[in-house]
Amino acid sequence: MTTAAKQIMPFEPVLLANIHKPDSHTLRVYEAGGGYQGLRKVLKEKTPTEFIEVVKSSNLRGRGGAGFPTGLKWSFLPKDHPGPVYMCINADESEPGTFNNRILMELDPHQVIEGIILSCYATKAVTAYLYIRVEYPTCYQRLQQAIDECYAANLLGKNIAGSDFSLDIFLHRGAAAYICGEETGLIESLEGKRAWPRIKPPFPAVEGVFRKPTVVNNIETAACVTQIAARGVEWFKSIGVPSDPNNPRDPGSYGPKLYCLSGHVNKPGCYEAPLGITCRQLIDEYGGGIWKGRKAKAAIPGGISMGLFTEAEFDTPLDFAGPGKVGCLGLGTAAVVVLDETVSMVDFLHNSCRFFAHESCGQCTPCREGTHWSLSMLERIKAGKGRLKDLDLLLEIGDTIGIIPGTTICGLSDGAAWPIKNAIRKFRPEFEEYIKRTNPTGYMVTEAVNALPVVALH
Amino acid sequence: MGVLTEEMIAAIKDFFPRYPTRQAVTLPALHIVNERLRYVPLEAVVEIAQLLELAPAQVQDTLSFYGYFKQDKPHGETRAWVCRSIACALRDGEQVLDHMCHVAGIHPGETTKDDKLTIEFAECLGACEYAPCMLAGDVLHKNLTNESAEAFVKQTCTGHGGNGQAGAKH
Repeated sequence: MTTAAKQIMPFEPVLLANIHKPDSHTLRVYEAGGGYQGLRKVLKEKTPTEFIEVVKSSNLRGRGGAGFPTGLKWSFLPKDHPGPVYMCINADESEPGTFNNRILMELDPHQVIEGIILSCYATKAVTAYLYIRVEYPTCYQRLQQAIDECYAANLLGKNIAGSDFSLDIFLHRGAAAYICGEETGLIESLEGKRAWPRIKPPFPAVEGVFRKPTVVNNIETAACVTQIAARGVEWFKSIGVPSDPNNPRDPGSYGPKLYCLSGHVNKPGCYEAPLGITCRQLIDEYGGGIWKGRKAKAAIPGGISMGLFTEAEFDTPLDFAGPGKVGCLGLGTAAVVVLDETVSMVDFLHNSCRFFAHESCGQCTPCREGTHWSLSMLERIKAGKGRLKDLDLLLEIGDTIGIIPGTTICGLSDGAAWPIKNAIRKFRPEFEEYIKRTNPTGYMVTEAVNALPVVALH
Repeated sequence: MGVLTEEMIAAIKDFFPRYPTRQAVTLPALHIVNERLRYVPLEAVVEIAQLLELAPAQVQDTLSFYGYFKQDKPHGETRAWVCRSIACALRDGEQVLDHMCHVAGIHPGETTKDDKLTIEFAECLGACEYAPCMLAGDVLHKNLTNESAEAFVKQTCTGHGGNGQAGAKH
């Protein structure tokens, strides 16, 4: 057993500490467990600027996918702006494989709301919009109940807990569009428009929703803020992976993290662990290993956008720096989806390309066209009409769409590109074998061929 | 006589104080109408636009961006979203969707003739630990099998003797 594995054993869940209690979603149970004490203390003892410094010094990084340091994001708000400043909470969780925010909102909504109140206090926001995907009706009901309880208990509204800080939180439902999870897409959608991401700058901190300074934070990030207020920076930094001493700009990977585990494991679920456990530890120690006594073939490390680990890469730590070292996009949402040895990578990539073709908002041509052509090619390959050349064409799409090559406004197409690049570069022999086997007379064809009609899909 | 009832108009107006602009009430208003009518016809779009002091094209532009609001006719009494994204697909979610559609005698996106059930594919429902899953109305159905999905269709559709032809006699 490795040293890291030993460290997991004494780890006590914090973010998920309440969820197994009966009526965990009620104010009564939350307060009985010490809830809202951190908020009361901060309101009494710290100025907003001091609390920003607390969160800054914790090195908390956003849990929504990009991993941007939360305190730093807050400090980008213009000083002495006449206001109002808006807080947007991103609960549009739609990344395939990801459900940690759903667990928090359904089973411990007050932990989230306490974090939102604290975040708004720090940023001097007096209105928070919680943008929640329409596919989460139970979360919506629980959050609304929790908000109503807070108003009744003077934890929301005017002069919260006797302080001179006032705040309103409003739930705002989306309408089933993945792109609303992109922060400027969310802002546009909240304003009542199509969710087309904005060109940055200006960043939301300067000009966000309703053209006012805006912070967009994730649900799990808010829950971490709650715990930092209650337990302190020392506690937070005692968990996880420290900053790289040779890189002064590395904020490290501190704190607990909710890992989602699904696919071909014995015990799928949402597990809390210190940042930095390996994919293999998550699968074996939390997920009970691969199902049906089979072997693993690959895993999505952090939502489908992040690409793929091969089985040989499962010892990669799931921290903010880990997945990038084996060619993945990043930690993303830390949602691991395991593929066993029976899964065809052609099927995997078809599923991924279909998702992104469906969810591309259509604003940028490389993404709109690239995601659709990659799907068309995968459909043709899957139907036994693939050519070896298609793999190079797919890689050409993968290498040229996204923010990283600099051709699109938002990162959706980087997320579309990574599964293509990782699947083909890490599993190319399997793709070539499939194409040769299913298209024995045509796999070497190199001139242009037609896309298949849609009917071939079904 | 408009499509929007007094009750719907009041419910929409309740949202006005929450936002500094009227346009921000677009999605709430569409949801309010959709919850009651199970679709948002063009007449409703025009009436929403009047309430929000927008051009109808602005509301229609937003509406048409999302695949969520039907406009030609109402969806069924129950709208069932079956997940087809990767975590569910790895546990046969797509076969369950096919089977359900076969049993109900419709394609994804269509409604049974008795107007009881609309079946649609969904991208990740965020319930991957229960894959394959389906959201029917507000109820999450977990760990679906062909059998449980078939039982759901039969319970939901009237006059369904289990012959795979839900309400197809019309």
